Amino acid sequence: MLSPEGLRQRCRLLQAIRSFFLGRDYLEVDTPIRLPVLIPEAHIQPFESESWYLQTSPELCMKMLLAQGCRQLFQLCHCFRKEECGRHHQTEFTMLEWYHQGWDYTSLMAECEQLFRYLAAGLSGFSGVVGSDRLSYQGRSILLAPPWQRLSVAQAFGRYAPLSLEQALAEDCFEELLVEAVEPRLGWQTPVFLCDYPLELASLARPKAENPAVAERFELYIGGLELANGFSELVEPQLQRRRFLQELESIRAQGRTAKMPEGFLESLEELGETAGIALGVDRLLMLLLGREQLKDVIPFAGDYS
Amino acid sequence: MYSASDLRKGLKVQIDGDPYIIIDFEFSKPGKGQALYRTKMRNMISGNQFTQTYRSNDKFEKPDLEERTMQYLYGQDDEYHFMDTSSYEQIFLSREQLGDNLNYLVDNMEVEVLFFGERPIDISLPTFVNLEVTVADPWVKGDTSGTDTKPVTVETGFQLQVPPFVEQGDKIQIDTRTGSYMTRVKE
Repeated sequence: MLSPEGLRQRCRLLQAIRSFFLGRDYLEVDTPIRLPVLIPEAHIQPFESESWYLQTSPELCMKMLLAQGCRQLFQLCHCFRKEECGRHHQTEFTMLEWYHQGWDYTSLMAECEQLFRYLAAGLSGFSGVVGSDRLSYQGRSILLAPPWQRLSVAQAFGRYAPLSLEQALAEDCFEELLVEAVEPRLGWQTPVFLCDYPLELASLARPKAENPAVAERFELYIGGLELANGFSELVEPQLQRRRFLQELESIRAQGRTAKMPEGFLESLEELGETAGIALGVDRLLMLLLGREQLKDVIPFAGDYS
Repeated sequence: MYSASDLRKGLKVQIDGDPYIIIDFEFSKPGKGQALYRTKMRNMISGNQFTQTYRSNDKFEKPDLEERTMQYLYGQDDEYHFMDTSSYEQIFLSREQLGDNLNYLVDNMEVEVLFFGERPIDISLPTFVNLEVTVADPWVKGDTSGTDTKPVTVETGFQLQVPPFVEQGDKIQIDTRTGSYMTRVKE
């Protein structure tokens, strides 16, 4: 169980996040966590609840709210992903997700820079926070002053991995090399936005206009930790349906069942250009407190009795 | 069969016909990517270590491992003989297989012998063993030299640091996990 001091720090972070977004005209929403249909994702397994599911992210509901006219939304909620358990994973975790209509992923990256500096300025006394422009993690000093480094996935593989991105994809070892060779090197001087993922690894992101082989998707890394995943949303229903069909096929090949989220696809007709991002709040707190495992910053880590 | 999601520190699996124990393990999953199970393994026969990343659909056989309580009989020519006290079956392990366990092994001691199939590959000792001190400097009462410990040798030839009052002929209890002195045993 988290100590009273730990709970107080966690509360301060949640309140600071709220005040950042409320100060920027975002609307806080709380959508259902138990749903009859989810966005199909090949590598995310949901928990079943009767014949429904616990949400793996609030994306489906939030995009449907955006489609009916909300311009800026954020949500702090619990998400559930089966079989994800480790130093940086918990099957139940806290997610911050926010969306901004009229934006693309570059505007979101800039907003991440502002969010982190706002949090660092407001969370004095956190052991990983050294003033509003600097974090300290595992004995290293990480500068928050913008602009943070933007590195394409292809550049990152060229710099850190033994194989190029093309070779890694061809030899089916993209994820292994990402986890073993690339991720541990990211975000030690300044935070890093790893961007422009191969299209097949970004089912919900739109292709980049000047290079349609990659998607406008980024992941934020600080101190080797993957903290957030954002993209320019794919708002083209036919293309989204085709991507979902591929995901569904892969899910069924694993012996699982999943449905096409028809209502969601319908609502995409009404959704204009939008950018959205999901950030792991527990990992963020771990970073800001200089801790190395999620168990150290969540109220209960399986220790109920 | 085990699947990759069963992997954890301490689990024993069989790979290419050999038993391995997982000595380090980490779950990772890059955003939107598949789950990866990064493991460090030690071959339970050769002691060789390697690291490997597995995916969810990787499968592992369970190694045929069994522990049997046996009594240590004697050592000869680098072969150390043990007997099953119910079946009287005898087996031996080599000096290399026993390693540091030899520091604590005395005749008639009961240990758990680990078998891989029919083959003995390792032993586990009791956590605490009582051994006789065979070489010790005498205790000089009133010694104010300031040293808290002194070296002694026990009946197996193992040397360790003990408090100054321990004398030759005493029995002492040793923690076999750390090789450290626990207490003097009165008999």
